[in-house]
Amino acid sequence: MAHLSELAAEPQRLSNAYQNWYRFSRNPSAVIGTAIVIICILTAIFAPLITPYPEHVGAVVNFRERHLPPSADYWFGTDNVGRDIFTRVVFGMRISLLLALVVLATAVPVGTVLGLLAGYYGGWVEIVIMRFTDIALAIPGLVMVMAVAAVLSPDLLTSMIAIAALWWTWHARLIYSITRQTRVQDYIEAAETLGASKFHILFREILPNCVSALAVKTSLDAGFVILIGSTLSFLGLGIQPPTPDLGTMVASGAAFLPSYWWESVLPGCAILFVSLGFNLLGDGLRDMFDVEDVR
Amino acid sequence: MEFASFLLKRALWSLLVLFGLSIIIFAIARGIPGDPARISLGPAATPEQVQLLRDRLGLDRPLIEQFGLFVGGLMQGDLGRSLLTERSVTADIRDTFAATFELVLVTITVALVCGAPMGVAAATWRNRWPDHVVQFVSIFSAVTPTFLKALLLQILAGYVLHILPTTGRLPAGMDFSADLTGMLLIDSVLRGRPDVFFEAIRHLLLPVIALSLASMGQIARITRASMIDVAGQDYIEANRAFGVPEHVRVFKYALRPSFVPPLTILGLQFSALIGNAFVVELIFAWPGMAAYGVRAILQKDLNAVMGVVMVSGVFFVIVNLVIDILVGYVDPRVRIRGRR
Repeated sequence: MAHLSELAAEPQRLSNAYQNWYRFSRNPSAVIGTAIVIICILTAIFAPLITPYPEHVGAVVNFRERHLPPSADYWFGTDNVGRDIFTRVVFGMRISLLLALVVLATAVPVGTVLGLLAGYYGGWVEIVIMRFTDIALAIPGLVMVMAVAAVLSPDLLTSMIAIAALWWTWHARLIYSITRQTRVQDYIEAAETLGASKFHILFREILPNCVSALAVKTSLDAGFVILIGSTLSFLGLGIQPPTPDLGTMVASGAAFLPSYWWESVLPGCAILFVSLGFNLLGDGLRDMFDVEDVR
Repeated sequence: MEFASFLLKRALWSLLVLFGLSIIIFAIARGIPGDPARISLGPAATPEQVQLLRDRLGLDRPLIEQFGLFVGGLMQGDLGRSLLTERSVTADIRDTFAATFELVLVTITVALVCGAPMGVAAATWRNRWPDHVVQFVSIFSAVTPTFLKALLLQILAGYVLHILPTTGRLPAGMDFSADLTGMLLIDSVLRGRPDVFFEAIRHLLLPVIALSLASMGQIARITRASMIDVAGQDYIEANRAFGVPEHVRVFKYALRPSFVPPLTILGLQFSALIGNAFVVELIFAWPGMAAYGVRAILQKDLNAVMGVVMVSGVFFVIVNLVIDILVGYVDPRVRIRGRR
């Protein structure tokens, strides 16, 4: 990262954004990832407009049309009570993206602020925050999330709380290590000497150095949060029916394997599609920003 | 001497983590809004039943005393009684742990044995077809939900090809009890039963593939990155300049430091692996601790849930301790610098 910022010194400043865009557009995984993510977000936003049977989202029953294979009328086939699976997958995508959005919107700022504080102040602040982070990271995440979701009653909000409660630790650790490296740089010392406020140093001087790593991590995480959320609901610990959720749909469709394979496999592929998009985007951003240690 | 103090530090740190883990588990089980007894028994229970359970779980005592009892029990291996099976949680977990342990151990071995060479191949033939195949596999294995992999494997091998069993550890009716270690692969060898050994492997195949793919992809990916990184180091360049043959350069000098990052990743991967074992065991009807845990979670059997989470945590901490020691052994710099 250091050599990049040296390269992008003053004379080249104007072309910096263009350079980034050029590198981004030449990176196939970044472009494909962005396309997938945009498709998913748009379908989620405009779900009621693009789905053929929006009324199938709820507890509708249409036994005459149950277990129909994919066709022109029902692109992904129908489920065991005759609802259009494509419609439910699109609405399920909405829930998955909402879950990722809420979890990351909570976990990333919390993790970032704690990481900044621990990295900048050191001493007991560092000991308390980072030791707690280490302990939290030493616990198998999915198992813990399942336990929390089980103890509270299983629904969307519980899944969000349970995942967010663990997720901030990864960001805290990432920001902490960057802050530790940045804190000793000359320009931070210069800002301190000039009497800049702690707030200014933390958020205006140090934080911008974390942005690229943070973008990569957040993009990769969005995919993993969606995977964990769908695993929770697959186990029956997440969103409850009749709300369409991709994991729940796979679980209920699995009862009709292998004859009615589309009922579980196609919603499963939808999860794969979203999480692939965020992963490719994250990989592309990592190549573009040249940050290595983010997973 | 230096290695001994490194070991001691790592072991003490693991103990601290376990203590932290017990606090967090206790906080989840007791700190939640609502009455744990009421949650366990469900809305249909009478107040008398709830009070009875409160007495049995010791819920009316002060929190700090409850925590003391919980930790005291842990030290003696007592995790309380399961409401579901009416047995001690320790006994339930003891009966189911070996199946999970066997599954996870074989999975890790497969992930390492396949993943590391894949990474080496990708690095050696960088930007050629082996590299592309490995990259493709590692991305798709990471983004496919484990339950989808498991279901697809089950459809493919169980219903389409009819070659592999899709559920359980042994065929129904096979007369064998794993009473030595609980692990079929080891017990069948010790008892001299090749037929059992063969069947156990056949039953392990699908769950292990479903569970190991993600870790295998990650390990391949990290090994590749790490090989490429090491190959660019000055000492490798110097070797090349001195005319050290390529195979000596790769196998003697480049390989060893390249294995440090994949080992470290394995420790982190292991967390996801335990979590996914819950899903895989459920789908393949594997009679392990994870299947027991899922049932306990769904039935809100608090003692069993706490027990399973605690045992998973201990398992995870021990595996990471072993990995840290291995890393310290492979890479002397780690011993001196301390934690990774």
